Amino acid sequence: MSEILFEIDGKQVTAKEGMTLLEAAKTVGIKIPTLCYHEKLEPFGGCRLCIVEVESRGWTKLAVSCVYPVEKNIIVRTRSEKVDRIRRMILQLLLAHAPDAFDLQDLAKEYGADKDRFEKEPSFCVHCGLCVRYCDEVKKKNAIGFVDRGIRKEINFIPDIAAKECWNCKECFPLCPTEALQAAFVLVEALAFPAAEAAKG
Amino acid sequence: MARINSPFELEELRKQILSVRDPNKPCITLCAGSACNASGSREVARSLEEEIQKQGLSSTVDIRQTGCHGYCERGPIIVVGPEKICYFQIKPEDIAEIITETIVNKKVVDRLLYVDPATNEKIVHEHDIPFYKNQERIVFGANSSVDPKSIDDYLAIGGYSALAKALSQMTPDGVLQEVKKANLRGRGGGGFPAGVKWEGSRNAPGDIKYVIVNADEGDPGAYMDRSLLEGNPHAVLEGLAIGAYTVGCSEGYIYVRQEYPLAVENIFTAIRQAEEYGLLGENILGTGFSFKVIVHQGAGAFVCGESTALMTALEGRAGEPRPKYIRSNVVGLWGRPSVLNNVETWANVPLIINKGADWFTSIGTETSKGTKIFSLVGKITNTGLVEVPMGTPIKDIIYTIGGGIPGGKKFKAVQTGGPSGGCLPESLLDLPVGFDELTKAGSMMGSGGMIVMDEDTCMVDVARYFLDFLTDESCGKCVPCREGMRQMLKILTNITQGKGREGDIELLEELAETAIEGALCALGKSSPNPFLSTLKYFRDEYEAHVKEKRCPALSCKELISFYIEPEKCKACMTCARKCPSDAIISGKNLIHIVDQEKCTKCGTCFDVCPPRFRAVTKISGVPVPPPIPEEARTIVREKQK
Ligand SMILES: Cc1cc2nc3c(=O)[nH]c(=O)nc-3n(C[C@H](O)[C@H](O)[C@H](O)COP(=O)(O)O)c2cc1C
Ligand code: SF4
Ligand code: SF4
Ligand code: SF4
Ligand code: FES
Ligand code: FES
Repeated sequence: MSEILFEIDGKQVTAKEGMTLLEAAKTVGIKIPTLCYHEKLEPFGGCRLCIVEVESRGWTKLAVSCVYPVEKNIIVRTRSEKVDRIRRMILQLLLAHAPDAFDLQDLAKEYGADKDRFEKEPSFCVHCGLCVRYCDEVKKKNAIGFVDRGIRKEINFIPDIAAKECWNCKECFPLCPTEALQAAFVLVEALAFPAAEAAKG
Repeated sequence: MARINSPFELEELRKQILSVRDPNKPCITLCAGSACNASGSREVARSLEEEIQKQGLSSTVDIRQTGCHGYCERGPIIVVGPEKICYFQIKPEDIAEIITETIVNKKVVDRLLYVDPATNEKIVHEHDIPFYKNQERIVFGANSSVDPKSIDDYLAIGGYSALAKALSQMTPDGVLQEVKKANLRGRGGGGFPAGVKWEGSRNAPGDIKYVIVNADEGDPGAYMDRSLLEGNPHAVLEGLAIGAYTVGCSEGYIYVRQEYPLAVENIFTAIRQAEEYGLLGENILGTGFSFKVIVHQGAGAFVCGESTALMTALEGRAGEPRPKYIRSNVVGLWGRPSVLNNVETWANVPLIINKGADWFTSIGTETSKGTKIFSLVGKITNTGLVEVPMGTPIKDIIYTIGGGIPGGKKFKAVQTGGPSGGCLPESLLDLPVGFDELTKAGSMMGSGGMIVMDEDTCMVDVARYFLDFLTDESCGKCVPCREGMRQMLKILTNITQGKGREGDIELLEELAETAIEGALCALGKSSPNPFLSTLKYFRDEYEAHVKEKRCPALSCKELISFYIEPEKCKACMTCARKCPSDAIISGKNLIHIVDQEKCTKCGTCFDVCPPRFRAVTKISGVPVPPPIPEEARTIVREKQK
């Protein structure tokens, strides 16, 4: 595999071809905020918090670092006025749903995000997809999935699979950035009222 | 059907088909497109067949059921050849007369002719009708002369000669150069040069590659792709096969939405017929080139039209966009190089091969070549599908072809490019249509939707409407789109309800930036367009809503009141009788008053007040004048002698 040389926040980085910007940044100790990223899982690219600025051949654009493959000679800035502004807005949008999530609160402080910018709609789940993907990709059970689309999208346990698998596993719970509240609640609901679930689905 | 084994045999077959067709034989062409079917074309077809039988004319008259002619509003449409006498809005009862008069007696049935509203003259021939006369229908024109279920009809007009030419006289590289030289740009969205996309796939490593037709067409009010697939499926197949030869594919897909049953049916028939003739399948025309086409029916969410979502759906998974920084013409369907083009883009390809890039580039503007089919809807006299050369001023489309705004209303804006396109104001009516021209003006070509709006349209509400559509159709995967749109929609809804606050416009602008820069796919990235373009050209309307709680178009219900002008009310009692909520205080010889408490703002009184009085008005932004005192309400009528 050929080596790729480029720059992140002024530091020279050597990375392997096929690596993402996020992975490369980690190797030199540069932290980029993430929500939907997990080492063990395929990149999802949904939260967009890991957005960075990439300068290539004189052009600057924004790119999502958890899916952007490293390229020769690019200059990456993980913080800039614009990057910060967009991250701040994304955080504010998320905080309307999960105002008590610790990770989001910490990031809110760092980026000056106002958790009350938008009217609260606490639904806890921020659709990072970690639980869904973990159950699919690592456990290969597919006991939990997203249903519907757009703003009606929700996570849902599949009652017959969940009843068999979930009580002894629960490995997805600690992954949840909003403190497992949502996952636990939905699981209980799914198992307690499977008929209602089935009718919904 | 016998297999055709060489380009020579194809020409022989074509000659044979033409030799048994007498160009002077009377032919009744009936539009059987979806819109005409909905307005009764099937019943007309039945009575046409019966009547021909009854009058014993089966051998002297041909009947041909075609796809959409574009002028759907006037359907069902009959064109009687060879003279091309055109009859509109045909009912089964009209058929006997058409056959007796026009076919047997060679006379025109006056009452079924088109009347030019400008001159009140009756027009006999299709090509003289203003709606058709001012178009240039190079792609769509064949729709009105071929039966989509008959491959022979397509062969009769020269069908598959471009494929034969490409396979037997040109190298794949030669075809590629021709398409590149023609500068054919995608008709489905971004206007990306097709040749460049094909070249990327052609040069990409890998033995297995795909060509794909995007026939998802989810834009509200747009149906040009459906009409092409329904009316002329072979043109799309021929273009696709030429593309496959160029790129080096032996397999192609048509992703068509399930809601288009007639398109699905006709494309299946077309594929079967083309396979029987050996124009698709193994060893096409004996040239050694093999190509198979598979139809995939999509469940039809708007986002499935996005290229990575469409390919994900083709792979059998949920149609969500994928975060990829490698183009799908290099890594696409099942990780293989895949060329995805729109229906209309593919249908242009045989024309370019047959007539050459120079011919193609002689039509259009500097950077937008050829023609474009638009779906003209909204507050427009002639609703329908319109094909014009690129560079045609919007004004010509709306006024010369579209017949202008009905009801004596004033033009306000035209929305182009589908839900994530933009609105252009009157000052830009001279703008020539073209990819870059529209984008520069803050809108886009998109797939060719064109919605005309008149003075009664509130532009803030328009932005709200499109955002509402997109919020519903978003996949919900990424935060800037799902959450950002949710908030934008809330703010816009508030504004139209008079709950707008200082700072709302700026907050919308901030959310717009987040979506443009941060969203995963083009749906999210372009979702702020309806807001940004209306803000750009109609900022005063936003400000009137936010600051004065006034809707200048008098359209937002929460911001208007209905008021009866005392000087104009003649106490005719019409409105009082029709008001569904008993909100009108009325009485014989008493000037009427709207009880604002009870009024639900349904607008009935406004609509029914006789035009000679016009006593009911809409007001916005100012308080409703107090009701006139009881003693002044009595109307003293002049004694009539
Ligand atoms: C949300 C969304 C919906 C789309 N829907 C369609 C569609 O219905 N039909 C279409 O041809 N292209 C659609 N596109 C554009 C396609 O993604 C793609 O650009 C196009 O099919 C490429 O073909 P072309 O270059 O021939 O236009 C859509 C794009 C987006 C972002
Ligand atoms: S429940 Fe938690 S882990 Fe699962 S998608 Fe929602 S926020 Fe992510
Ligand atoms: S921009 Fe919208 S439609 Fe596209 S991936 Fe994000 S949420 Fe889905
Ligand atoms: S707007 Fe409707 S409810 Fe109000 S007064 Fe007129 S007719 Fe009655
Ligand atoms: S971590 Fe990259 S998009 Fe969520
Ligand atoms: S369907 Fe008949 S004219 Fe369009």
